[in-house]
Amino acid sequence: MIMQTDVVVVGGGVAGIKAACELCQAGSKCVLVERDSVLGGKLRGWHKLFPSFTSSSDVIEELLNELKQSNVECLLGSEVVYISSTLCRLASGTEIQCRAVILATGYNLFDARIKEEYGYGIYDNVITSVDLERMFHTGTISTLSGAAPEKVAILHCVGSRDEKVCQRHCSKVCCITAVKQAIEIKKMLPNSEVFNFYMDMRMFGPGYEELYLTAQKQYNVHFIRGRISEAAQLPKGRLQIKAEDTLTARPLIMSVDMLVLMVGMKAPKQNALFALATGLELQPSGFISSKDLFLEAVLTSVPGIFVAGTVTAPKTIGESISEATMASRAALKFIEG
Amino acid sequence: MAVKNFGFSISRPRTIDMDKNNLRKSNEILRELPELQACIGCGSCTASCSAGLLTQFNFRKMHTLVRRGEYEGVYKELSKCMLCGKCRMVCPRNINTRKVVLLIKRTLGDF
Amino acid sequence: MRRGAWEDYQKDIADDKYYYARSCIRQNFFPGSEKAFLNIVGRDLGREVFDDPLHTSCTGIGYHSDIVPYETIMTVVARQFSLMHEAGFENFISSCITSFGIYTEILNTWEEFPETEEKTRESLYKATKRELYKPKNLAHTSDVIFHLRDEIKQRMKYPLVNHLTGEKLRVVEHIGCHYAKIFPKRGIGGSEFPYVLAGMIESWGGDVVDYPERRHCCGFGFRNYLVQANRGYSIANSHKKLESMAPYRPDFIVCNCPGCTMFLDKWQYTIAEMEGTTYGEAGQGIPVLTYEEMAGLVLGYDPWELGMQMHAVNVEPLLNKMGVEYDPAAKYLGPNGKYIGKPLQSVVNSSRGNTSLYDIKK
Repeated sequence: MIMQTDVVVVGGGVAGIKAACELCQAGSKCVLVERDSVLGGKLRGWHKLFPSFTSSSDVIEELLNELKQSNVECLLGSEVVYISSTLCRLASGTEIQCRAVILATGYNLFDARIKEEYGYGIYDNVITSVDLERMFHTGTISTLSGAAPEKVAILHCVGSRDEKVCQRHCSKVCCITAVKQAIEIKKMLPNSEVFNFYMDMRMFGPGYEELYLTAQKQYNVHFIRGRISEAAQLPKGRLQIKAEDTLTARPLIMSVDMLVLMVGMKAPKQNALFALATGLELQPSGFISSKDLFLEAVLTSVPGIFVAGTVTAPKTIGESISEATMASRAALKFIEG
Repeated sequence: MAVKNFGFSISRPRTIDMDKNNLRKSNEILRELPELQACIGCGSCTASCSAGLLTQFNFRKMHTLVRRGEYEGVYKELSKCMLCGKCRMVCPRNINTRKVVLLIKRTLGDF
Repeated sequence: MRRGAWEDYQKDIADDKYYYARSCIRQNFFPGSEKAFLNIVGRDLGREVFDDPLHTSCTGIGYHSDIVPYETIMTVVARQFSLMHEAGFENFISSCITSFGIYTEILNTWEEFPETEEKTRESLYKATKRELYKPKNLAHTSDVIFHLRDEIKQRMKYPLVNHLTGEKLRVVEHIGCHYAKIFPKRGIGGSEFPYVLAGMIESWGGDVVDYPERRHCCGFGFRNYLVQANRGYSIANSHKKLESMAPYRPDFIVCNCPGCTMFLDKWQYTIAEMEGTTYGEAGQGIPVLTYEEMAGLVLGYDPWELGMQMHAVNVEPLLNKMGVEYDPAAKYLGPNGKYIGKPLQSVVNSSRGNTSLYDIKK
């Protein structure tokens, strides 16, 4: 089957949905292609958003409402196998001819099993930040045995700033997510003790530093500057962790009921395939390069291919949505010549 | 049992063992002065310390050790503080560092 | 806990025709182990193993103590490899983890820096008039036992099971730092969830104890042990491991590395003499075995033929648990039946006063 449209938006996460809405509202024809059978992307797995504790389902719902009112053609369950600025081929064989493309294909989560020393997938009570969000969603935080954890360690930078796993970049949002999650744990389990192990606290956004202070002063969350070097299982599913308390320059050891790994953002392998097919430039991290970081952040090295959201780098939900608006405007400008 | 002398003894670990340390005193201090937890370890206090200039005294390290339940020797160390108050002036988190010194000494006693 | 992580780390282990490089220290501390390897692999399982009297120490202890320079040890290793070639073999197996680490490191160095290999080639020729031939396959001898574990299982006489209760024996395994920490991909199971010894234990009916300090170094550290003043922190590391494993009540420890086997065994003696602390059931210490001794017991070898009378921690409690038939009175008789002397009574072995039972002098 051959379809025709003005713009193909690849990826039905928050950036893709927003870009498609904007294009339609401006009177342009647009097809939104999503690999999954539902829209919303990774945000669907999230419970609440930093720093305001806004419910993520509210954000998705708002975007989907906007989408409903627009005339966007959504192709769900459709995997893109080939892309250029004028053609998008799907796994089903469908070809969409177009005049511009917006890539909003996002990121992959770092697979925590690769950091073997933390025993994710092996030890019972080592979980990831995503698993924890799932627990928040169900309303109970519990260890595998069903008990509420009394001591929780949160480890920042798992799969970020780590050359051992080919992830040199900072995933940017994990620090503030860790602060948010620590507070949520304390809100649900006020008697629990939460220890955040960090290398640097990167509180880059509005209200983030304030949230960090709130976590310290109001919620008594402990912050220890040092990366956990290994975890080992103790009897009854507890875990022993080792780190350096770098501010006292002493090794530190403690046992916890639960270890939460803040998994970073990884560039999907498909970025390299797209780059190979279209001539898009990639950063060393595997994310797609913008044409210019300052004035043309949503443009790429290939005319007619635009980018929005985490396809170019780790970003917050707000940043991704704003970029989607910018990308759709840039795409419109391009097709109008 | 006769203890044999091998010419060496088993070195004791320097590890801070958070399972063995008793955090009761530490929690007492933090309850009275929650702002101490806001320390970001910048070291301005130690940099400007009149006692630290002349001795090994490191205020940042001392209160961090207390927060980990490592009390031994802290009282003696904190006695080096001249209570000049410069550290309080430079602290970006606005921690009442003079009070921290006095509070730790009072809570721990001659530990 | 879910296992399976080790499956990502596999390596090729040759099936036959091995050139055997011995360890420097094992023949003193665990004198029956290398002989047992030759018997098990060569005689019992029908593989060809060449035990070459011409090869030397790899000089690894000197290297790790800053005495032997890297250029020198590369030339020594190059000589071992060319001896292997002269003997008509391609599969090099080493009986020592330090050596294995060094062979691996040197082969990798040569691969990364061909000019270094060239220089070693020249040094080797100048020194010995020999040509350098690299092995087709490099393995540690425990890799070979791991590779043959199912064949051993088929001949198994005593499984790693308490024959009175039918319970699986709880076994602590220790692979040694240089087996997989330097090149995790060269060790079966990698370094975090190593499987080379665990695979043998599971195959022969035992349970592997996964205790918190499983990956911690035994504390040898070469110069840290070699200088008496530094031994305090050598022993502290074994102490830390023993403290960490004790609550799991292991029936025995099995080691990969000559140094670790020695230290985990003999430091138990030292700790007991220094502080009166003993580990293991009834305070009788935790027996420490080499993997050849473990394989030997499983195959029904006589414990004294395996050299187990040389351990600091008595192995009899383990032998009794496994139901191994042995002659207590023969413990201190050498192969020719001659009395070889016996150690003085020690704290680590005296909790039940077992030692007098075997006092054959009377």
